[in-house]
Amino acid sequence: MLETIALMIIGVGLAFDLFGCIGLVRLPDVYNRAQAATKCVTLGTCMILAGVALAALGWGGWSLAVKAVLCAAFVLLTSPVAAHAICRGAYLSRVPLWEGSVEDAFADRARDLRAAWRSDPHSQSPPIGQPKGRDAGT
Amino acid sequence: MSVFEQVAFGVLLLCSLLCLHRIGRGPSAPDRTVAIDILGTLVVGFCCIMALWTRQDYYINIAIAWALISFVGTLALAKYLEGRKYDA
Repeated sequence: MLETIALMIIGVGLAFDLFGCIGLVRLPDVYNRAQAATKCVTLGTCMILAGVALAALGWGGWSLAVKAVLCAAFVLLTSPVAAHAICRGAYLSRVPLWEGSVEDAFADRARDLRAAWRSDPHSQSPPIGQPKGRDAGT
Repeated sequence: MSVFEQVAFGVLLLCSLLCLHRIGRGPSAPDRTVAIDILGTLVVGFCCIMALWTRQDYYINIAIAWALISFVGTLALAKYLEGRKYDA
């Protein structure tokens, strides 16, 4: 019974992995591809790890189950951070948005960062100021 | 190897081929970086299926180490993409 549930969880995780990689190939620009692939593949891999932990509990492999849960927590913490850093680097290296995009919330902040780095290349990032543009009045 | 493990390896192999397609074709460097990050996460999935098949502990150790190294490498590539000079 426990092993059947574990195999079902692993199967759902594999489906998430496959859909995330299809999104990585099919979507139009870097930012869409990064969010689709990162969310789906993170959840899919965590579900595979959780299923392996359940199956290991079924045959009595306690150390394998504990390590699988630890690895799932680690992947869940680090993968979104990595994708966020890549997208920030992509925007600051002027990779264009898809022409159908309707919102560019990072534009003001990126302009501030570039101005600060142009005046002093070794400066720390300037503090985040008041929001300009769409959210200015709220 | 039972049918389940064979199907799981096939699906993960298909995912890896899609990632390799994006690495080869991606028009900009961040595309390739995202695909390499996803490929690293898929390798963790491969290690899990290997642990399920062989019932050995050490594949999960490989998975933890691989996730750590992949995270550090991806962060280094992301800081490189920002285009600032850090070593001068």
